[in-house]
Amino acid sequence: MTNKRTGPLHALLILASIVTIGPFLWMILTSFKTFEESILIPPTILPQNWNLDNYRVVLAKFPFGAFYFNTFVMVGMAILGQLLVCSMAAYAFARLTFPGRDALFTLCLSLLMVPGQIFLVPHYDIMVRLKLTNSVTALWLPKIFSAFGTFMLRQFFMGQPKALDEAAMIDGCGFFGIYSRILLPLIKPALVSLAILTALSAFKDLMWPLIVNNSLNKMTLSAGLAMLIGEHTTYYPQVMAGSVMAVWPMIVLFLIFQNQFIEGISATGIK
Amino acid sequence: MHSKRPSRLMRAEMRAGYGMIAPLFAGLLLFYIYAFAQSLYDSFTNKSSFGFPKFVGLANYANLFKAPYFYQALANTLLYVVICVPLVVAISVGLATLLNQQLRGRGLYRTMVFLPAVTLPAAVALMWKWLLNYEFGLVNDWLKMMGLAGVAWLSDPAVVLPSVSVVFIWSSVAYQVIVLLAGLQGISRSYYEAAIIDGASGPQQFRSITIPLLTPSIFFVTVTTIINVFQIFDIIYLMIPQYSSGSAASRSLVTYFFEEAFVKFHKGYGAAISMILFLLILVMTLVQMKLQKRWVHYDD
Repeated sequence: MTNKRTGPLHALLILASIVTIGPFLWMILTSFKTFEESILIPPTILPQNWNLDNYRVVLAKFPFGAFYFNTFVMVGMAILGQLLVCSMAAYAFARLTFPGRDALFTLCLSLLMVPGQIFLVPHYDIMVRLKLTNSVTALWLPKIFSAFGTFMLRQFFMGQPKALDEAAMIDGCGFFGIYSRILLPLIKPALVSLAILTALSAFKDLMWPLIVNNSLNKMTLSAGLAMLIGEHTTYYPQVMAGSVMAVWPMIVLFLIFQNQFIEGISATGIK
Repeated sequence: MHSKRPSRLMRAEMRAGYGMIAPLFAGLLLFYIYAFAQSLYDSFTNKSSFGFPKFVGLANYANLFKAPYFYQALANTLLYVVICVPLVVAISVGLATLLNQQLRGRGLYRTMVFLPAVTLPAAVALMWKWLLNYEFGLVNDWLKMMGLAGVAWLSDPAVVLPSVSVVFIWSSVAYQVIVLLAGLQGISRSYYEAAIIDGASGPQQFRSITIPLLTPSIFFVTVTTIINVFQIFDIIYLMIPQYSSGSAASRSLVTYFFEEAFVKFHKGYGAAISMILFLLILVMTLVQMKLQKRWVHYDD
């Protein structure tokens, strides 16, 4: 507001932006350098010549096509499954009366307190018994039953006026119809938010994909990067090329749908 | 006929209710409730990848409380909490406040600051592993250009934990800034207008209006950051090789759990570690809930 006081604020924000963007830029610049150039002291800032060899080598050694495909299917199925399963349960918890409802909802909420590591060994055992280890299905199947998603959508259902349900009921609409045709379209922004949160957490997950699938062709971008650093500890230009290939899809999505991402992340803070 | 209608409607409502929660509960029952019971049971067995698990009572817990590695992992985890939580909260409150000012270029600043929130933690670990590389990393290049000696950021036991903390803080601030900005935007402008009329300075407004009214969001950010730090794993796993000289000094409880359960396949012992982690997080969260009454102001 007062223009003379904004100088120090800009200075702080520029500093914060440099600290944030710097590592990204260094990753990108390194990915175009030869190994010999990457270890020069003092370092060159821009690559002497921008070459794509690191990308070629990494693409030849690692099935990035499969990493993209598996990550895409995992994220897509986790979103679809969660939106369907959680929104139905959330509607029932928010709008319908049935014996044991509150106890069941409390049980659902109490699962939010349990750290995910507790479930990893049992999840792995379940996948072994279902003969699903080393499959793309194993990546997303446990992710669709979300206590958090149910809790979040329930809040949004409760925010809708009850008169809508009553009017629809008088018009002969059943409970499922009220859910699918009246209320679901009204909470679309909440569904978008949940989709984004699910996408982020599935995309970022490392431990589960690492445990359940051990053949390279069934890995996600996250687990694939772990393999990359395992094999190429010293060839950083190649490691950086792999990292660039792993981070760009979500960054591009974020740049396009920035408002929806911010809405979604903000929604985690809603109580 | 007339008296039967409500009860038929109620039965229909009941059927719809159970029907619509059925898919969720089928999944929760298998993947969470049964899985939790299984994990709890495993923690009382000597389960590994081969052979039939034998019931061993409290042996895993007894061994755990005798293992120096466990105490070190516990101490490291608590140290991560002590270092990271206050810094993540302070930096994200500061940045959110800055990004909430009506400044030219605010949109661009926001986009840049938010980027780590959508970046793969695995990639974050690798870019920082390169920046902090002892021989050729950019950070040590700068130190050498200033005539200082390079630091073994990721292998010197004395600095590895702070190094991991810096990377953790760098990667988790963005998400919390977004949550806090939403909180800031929920504060009515009328408070500030009244304060300006009363002649309150910028810092005074920050202290007496912004911070108190932001406490619900700050509380949320604190609780989630504590839970996230308790589960710190990805960055350590990818930046510090398991047998490097920095591994003992940086090992967290979850790293320890992963090594036992999925590298050495001591699954029963691993289950006991995860149960201890659960209890720690539970206690920390309950303490937070109790303490919040003292410092969190709810508007309505």
